[in-house]
Amino acid sequence: MSSLKDLRNRISSVKSTQKITSAMKMVAASKLRRAQEQAEAGRPYAERMERMLASLARNVNTGGQGPKLMTGTGKDDVHLLLVMTSDRGLCGGFNGSITREVRRRIRALREEGKEVKLFCVGRKGYDALKREFGPMIIETVFDVGRPRLTFADADGIAESLLRRYEEGEFDVCTVVYNHFKSAIAQIVTPQQLVPVALPEVDEGEAEADTGPASRAVYDFEPDEERIIAELLPRNLAVQIYKALLESAASEQGARMTAMDNATRNAGEMIDDLTLQYNRTRQAVVTSELIEIISGAEAL
Amino acid sequence: MAEKVAFELVSPEKLLLSKEVDLVVVPGAEGNFGVLPRHAPMISTVRPGVIEVYETRGQASDRIFIAGGFAEVTPDRCTVLAEEALSVGDIDVAETEQRIRDLTEDVADAKTETERTSAAKALEAAKAKREAAARA
Repeated sequence: MSSLKDLRNRISSVKSTQKITSAMKMVAASKLRRAQEQAEAGRPYAERMERMLASLARNVNTGGQGPKLMTGTGKDDVHLLLVMTSDRGLCGGFNGSITREVRRRIRALREEGKEVKLFCVGRKGYDALKREFGPMIIETVFDVGRPRLTFADADGIAESLLRRYEEGEFDVCTVVYNHFKSAIAQIVTPQQLVPVALPEVDEGEAEADTGPASRAVYDFEPDEERIIAELLPRNLAVQIYKALLESAASEQGARMTAMDNATRNAGEMIDDLTLQYNRTRQAVVTSELIEIISGAEAL
Repeated sequence: MAEKVAFELVSPEKLLLSKEVDLVVVPGAEGNFGVLPRHAPMISTVRPGVIEVYETRGQASDRIFIAGGFAEVTPDRCTVLAEEALSVGDIDVAETEQRIRDLTEDVADAKTETERTSAAKALEAAKAKREAAARA
């Protein structure tokens, strides 16, 4: 049985841990709100971009000689995985679930005889993967979106991807990120970025959405090929931006939940320790009394 | 003139402007074009320049510089996806001049073809920005 002093020390140390975790929870909650607002604000652009791509897809006949970004390189030997994790820990299973999915994918792709390369966004993912797959990591980006995530961050990543793609370093690119469903639920989502999968147009839905006008034939200025050639790299950046926003919101959500749990566990632990402390104290008092009484009786 | 065009200006970070207007003049890649209600549907790339928004006839209510992007026009709406947007009045002329100088050097120093084209593109945008400020 630990002594009274040990117990007192443990209680005070758990208490200060609890203070830290509850403060972190508050911070994560307010950051989460900001991240969500930002994700909300970025949505209109992505939606319109998608709508424009859809109308283009409907009007352009993709006779197989579209831009490389759309049609692919004609093979799928080298896969690039864009791994989105956080720079900081203490956010529950946020990074673990991403790296687990990435490991699974790497194994599956290797079994098919493909070559895999990795592009790490966020320090945690890099740390987790570098020991096992170090030589496969071709680029890393840390501290994205600090202090604030801007479109330029996404643009930088997109540019690097495009350059590598042009140089033929990879054939297929997939991003793996945490999709923000709610503060408690983040879903690991793989999304193929290159070659671009043009949005399938559901005719019925498109009609209900924008009226019959959307089916009208568009004029293109300059021409379809040139527009699509400009739109696709842009779209890549937008998709990456979207993934970064989702990932940022998920990180804060995961951290908030993790810290909430930690705070609760610390509370339970304090209760247990306090109970044990009181019992011990009582036992000490009782045994002292017995000693005194039996001492007096012996006289 | 009851009919209006639903004009939207969107940047990747947020929806900048959304209003019902009479006329929008957009700097298309192949020349400026005005969008009135019942415009034929079209999609165009946008070169760096100034978008003029006419909420009511004859009076430009907003003049916004954009550094390129895309425009989608349908009979009842006009959506511009901008890369960078700035009200003409907010352009910092001195900073733009500095940027033009920097970029001119970049173009001269560029080692690869891709570097040169991207610097040249940025230079063009900066020049258009200066011009927009000068005309305001």
